[in-house]
Formats: sequence, C-alpha cells, structure tokens
Amino acid sequence: MSKFVFTSVGRKFMMSITGLFLLMFILVHLTVNLLMIFDDTGALYNQGAHFMVSNPVIRIVEPVLGLGFLIHIIWSLIITWENWRARPVRYKKATRSEATSWASRNMFILGGLVFVFLGIHLYNFYIKIKFTGSPLLEEVMVGDTNVHNTYLLVSTLFKESILYCALYIMGGILLGLHVTHGFWSAFQTIGFNNKQWLNRLQWVARIYAVLVAVGFSIIPLYFIIRF
Amino acid sequence: MADKILKKLNIVVWRQKDAKSKGRFETYAIENISQGSSFLEMLDILNNNLIEKGIEPIAFDHDCREGICGMCSLYINGHPHGPDTEVTTCQLHMRKFDEGDTITIEPWRSRAFPVIKDLIVNRSAFDQILQAGGYVSVNTGGVPDGNAIPVSHEDAEEAMDAAACIGCGTCVAACKNSSAMLFVSAKVSHLAKLPQGQVEAKNRARRMVAKMDELGFGGCTNTGACEAECPKSISISNIARLNREYLSARFSE
Repeated sequence: MSKFVFTSVGRKFMMSITGLFLLMFILVHLTVNLLMIFDDTGALYNQGAHFMVSNPVIRIVEPVLGLGFLIHIIWSLIITWENWRARPVRYKKATRSEATSWASRNMFILGGLVFVFLGIHLYNFYIKIKFTGSPLLEEVMVGDTNVHNTYLLVSTLFKESILYCALYIMGGILLGLHVTHGFWSAFQTIGFNNKQWLNRLQWVARIYAVLVAVGFSIIPLYFIIRF
Repeated sequence: MADKILKKLNIVVWRQKDAKSKGRFETYAIENISQGSSFLEMLDILNNNLIEKGIEPIAFDHDCREGICGMCSLYINGHPHGPDTEVTTCQLHMRKFDEGDTITIEPWRSRAFPVIKDLIVNRSAFDQILQAGGYVSVNTGGVPDGNAIPVSHEDAEEAMDAAACIGCGTCVAACKNSSAMLFVSAKVSHLAKLPQGQVEAKNRARRMVAKMDELGFGGCTNTGACEAECPKSISISNIARLNREYLSARFSE
C-alpha cells in the first residue's frame, strides 16, 4: 500500500484529493474576502477574519491545509519529472491539438505561477498576522470583542499600490485558469466520471473558475475604483 | 472527376540506421503525386525513387492498409496518423495536402517505444501490458451457450466501443506525457463491462497498471489529446473507469 502513492494512478490520486480539498478552501477564503466590499468601515471583514482565527474547527484544519498544499506541490514535481522522462526524444514538429485546452497542457506552469503568487501573498498578510505583526494590525472593537484590524492591513496595501492590485488580479486569473482543468480532472482521476458527467463536470469547472477569478479580482478592483 | 496531381512535395523524414545509431532528419523532394493516392502509397513511390537512386528506402510499419490491424503509425506534421480525424495513416489520403507542402514525418516518440529503424518503433510494450492482465482465463471443455449469460445492450455496446482499440499507440504518441492510459483503459474496459471480465477484474487493473508503469510510460494528466487523435475515437471516460477499477482494487488490498 505504501508504494501506491508512487504508482502512476496513485500519484494522480494524491493530486486529486489534495486538489479537491484546496478547491473547498478557496471557496471559504473567497467568501470571507468578499465581506471587504460590503462594508467600508471594515467591521464586517474584521469580524469574519476574527472568526477564522478563533474558530476551533478552522484551527484544526489549518495545519491540514498546509499539508494539503505541501503534498499538492511536491507531487506535482514528481509527476512532472516522471512525465517529462517518459519522452526522452522530443518531436520536431509537436502537436498543438485544438481539442485540448491550453490550461490542461500547462498545469505545471500555471501552478508554478500560483505558487509564486502564494509566496508573495503569505508574505503580505499571513506572516504579518501570525508572526511579525504590523502597526496597521492594532486591535479594534467590533461589537464587544477586540479583534485585529486585518481590514486596515489589506485595504492599505490595495489603496497604496496599484502594482499589488495588478498582482492580486493576476493571481485570481491564474488560479481560475488552473482550476478550469483541475476541477474536472480531479473527478476524472478518482473515477467519478463517465460520458454523461464529463460535460457536466467541465461546465461546473468553468463556472467555478469564473467565480474564483472574478471573485478574487473584484476586491483589488473595488479599491482601485472607489479609493 | 480526375484527382488533382501535386506537382511537388517536400518530405522531411526521420532516418535512423538501427536502434543503436543516432538518427537525423533528411529532406526528399517528390513529384507528381495524385491526391487520390494514400499516404503510404506516396511513401511507396518515394521509396521506389530512392531505390533507383541507390538510397536505402525508408522503413515504416504497415500491414492491412484498411485501418483495422493497428500496424501503421507515423507522426505526420505534428499529428499521429496525420491531419485527418478518425483514420489511420493507411486511410489518410494525399488530398489532405497541397501543392508545395512540406510534410514532416517522425516516429512515435516515447521511452517505452524505442526506434528500431527509421520510422519503425518497437511497440511490444503494449503486448507485455496485455499479457499482464488483458485476458479472461477460460477452462477447456465444451463450448458454452453464448446466450446463457445475460448482458444488457448498453453494456455490450460500451464493451464493443472499448474493444475497437487497435493498439496502434496513437494515444502514447499524442500524449504530452507519453501515457498509455487510453490503451490500458480500453483493454480494461472492454472486459470490465462484461460478466466474464468480473472474475479477474481486480488483478487485471492492478497488474496492467503496474506493468504500464514498469515499462516507462508517463502518467495521465487528462488533457484529452489521446481521444482527439485516436483513429477509433476511444473515449477518455474509459480512463475514469480504469481509475475506478484500479483504486477499488488497491483499496481492497
């Protein structure tokens, strides 16, 4: 059984289950983020962010999430390396089959770019919130509890730097492209697919991808337009 | 209506003396090819010309020349079996090409399909995968009544669709990962859909995937290039079935 995760199907199984888990995380993340554009005082978002750091279920899931990311990244390296090795001599004139999507052929590149974005993103917010702190994070009262002013940290970044806004819009779009393929591919890999479901899953994947790309991009756009 | 004559074509082709030699591309000009001739007939004419000039003819695989044996191959202008869909190279016509075209012909490229000579690759890796589990064990004895085991029409059709695979290796050649998953999934599916295939289903999926990995094929990343290029249009839904069969076999260990 230990060898299973390194067989060709087993490798993809690992990508698939971690990918599905990350897809769920993205939806939760997006939901909390969107609170930012519904309340300019930031109270609503701060409350949401406070819930995410104080809720015991989220605290338990957090290390699992880290592990999910780690496995997804490490296995992508193994899969890409093994697949690259399977064709020692390349074609002189390679196929660009019209029937395959660009995203499906470039998942590693898209994933790599999302990874770079993730690094910057963690540096901007997560590290400051969890470890180093920031003068912007000073506690504010929301209702009757003291919470970190996460809203100020995020909104300051977007208000002060158009470059960061552009970067975060790019991040959303890249993630959207990555999941146009990743979403239905994950179901195919665990065997949940057939001739009827293929089309359905691909449509749900597209809707999900647009939701993610538009959802994440709309927040920096909101700050550019409004402030 | 008479077929148009292509006055001149440039053929860029992979030449390799044997498995150990280093290969290279050569360019040959060929004149007056009827658009009504098949691609392999064009190669036959080219080979005749080469023989007359004292040049070793180009070696390529072919057998039935009617699209059912799975022997012909060739990666033509970036597509296995050429630019047409749902045909093998032997069924490809020169009417798919135009006057003055440059046609690049390469062998299948995969670690598991080493080049033997020119455009011929060794596809015995597919035979080894079949030997690992692509069969049903049958006891000798009287011939059983074909209608004694009920099979639904839908299952019979799906099994037949999967069984249409001729094992030519297009899926491996087309896949950016040189994955043999479409082939293996077709061979697993045409048995998995029938009652006779159930008995050995778990071992079959396990052994065939293990053999496929051992032989150096890549893994499936679901791009769908195999289905698009397959001369028999084998569906990638078979790959989902193979994944299902394999995972349930592994998890029941």
